[in-house]
Amino acid sequence: MTEETPRAFCEREISRLLERLYGTAMRLTRNPADAEDLVADTVVKVLGNLDGLQDRACFHGWVFRILYNTFNSNCRARSARPEDCFSALSRADAGGGEDFWLFDKLHQPFLLWWGNQEQQFLDQLEVEDLCRAVDALPNDFRIVVVLSDIEGFSYQEIADMLAVPVGTVRSRLSRGRSRLQRALWDYAQDAGLAPGSAKPQGKDS
Amino acid sequence: MSEIKKIRCEEAISRLLEFLDRECDDHTHAEMDKHLSDCQACYSRMEFEQRLRSQLKKTGAQQVPGSLKGRIDKLFAGTVKK
Repeated sequence: MTEETPRAFCEREISRLLERLYGTAMRLTRNPADAEDLVADTVVKVLGNLDGLQDRACFHGWVFRILYNTFNSNCRARSARPEDCFSALSRADAGGGEDFWLFDKLHQPFLLWWGNQEQQFLDQLEVEDLCRAVDALPNDFRIVVVLSDIEGFSYQEIADMLAVPVGTVRSRLSRGRSRLQRALWDYAQDAGLAPGSAKPQGKDS
Repeated sequence: MSEIKKIRCEEAISRLLEFLDRECDDHTHAEMDKHLSDCQACYSRMEFEQRLRSQLKKTGAQQVPGSLKGRIDKLFAGTVKK
């Protein structure tokens, strides 16, 4: 049997990964037109750099690294203000902040026998609500949350993609998740899903 | 491996997300496993985080617009190396 050419392999894998590439591009750019451009630019770079693919088992990580690098350079090229770029986040968030656990806010142990607030919250959480919460994260936090929690890359793989130490990935992920959960708590309160909050008036009320 | 010691809830909570990420070393993983078997409150917390994460994963894959599919098809067709 003849071995599949690198070109044929790349096309097949890109086709297989396309929904995930587009989904990640959407979370990064927060804009369908920019997401399309980002994926197309990424595919151009992948196809133009087939010699860079040494190990087919690493294709997934390699493509996402190119996607991230393309997004990062587009971001820097477009921004007249350096604070809009990735590197500025560590300054803006230098103060860190304490961990925020949505579970602690929602969990009502005394309701255990006749209701479960946190499960009800998850049941009512829509994908669009989560997208909004992810999209609201600052760039540096958003990218690690997307690569870890959505794409399932390891800390080391993310560190390699972003060219940062593993400790930086760990700390950005921790702070990104706290922020994400805080945003979801705000949503829970607004939607009347938080313990003690009143149901908002809606079309069914 | 040395003996698996009991850890407190505070410690388990601080390691929970790394445990779910499979980023703990084997010993810590075993300590977490033991704690989660013994502590129903921390187990509930873990279940919540797991479910939240599986819902978050759903934001990853998105239906690809036809316009993008068309662009990718053109890229595949237009840059074929002989």
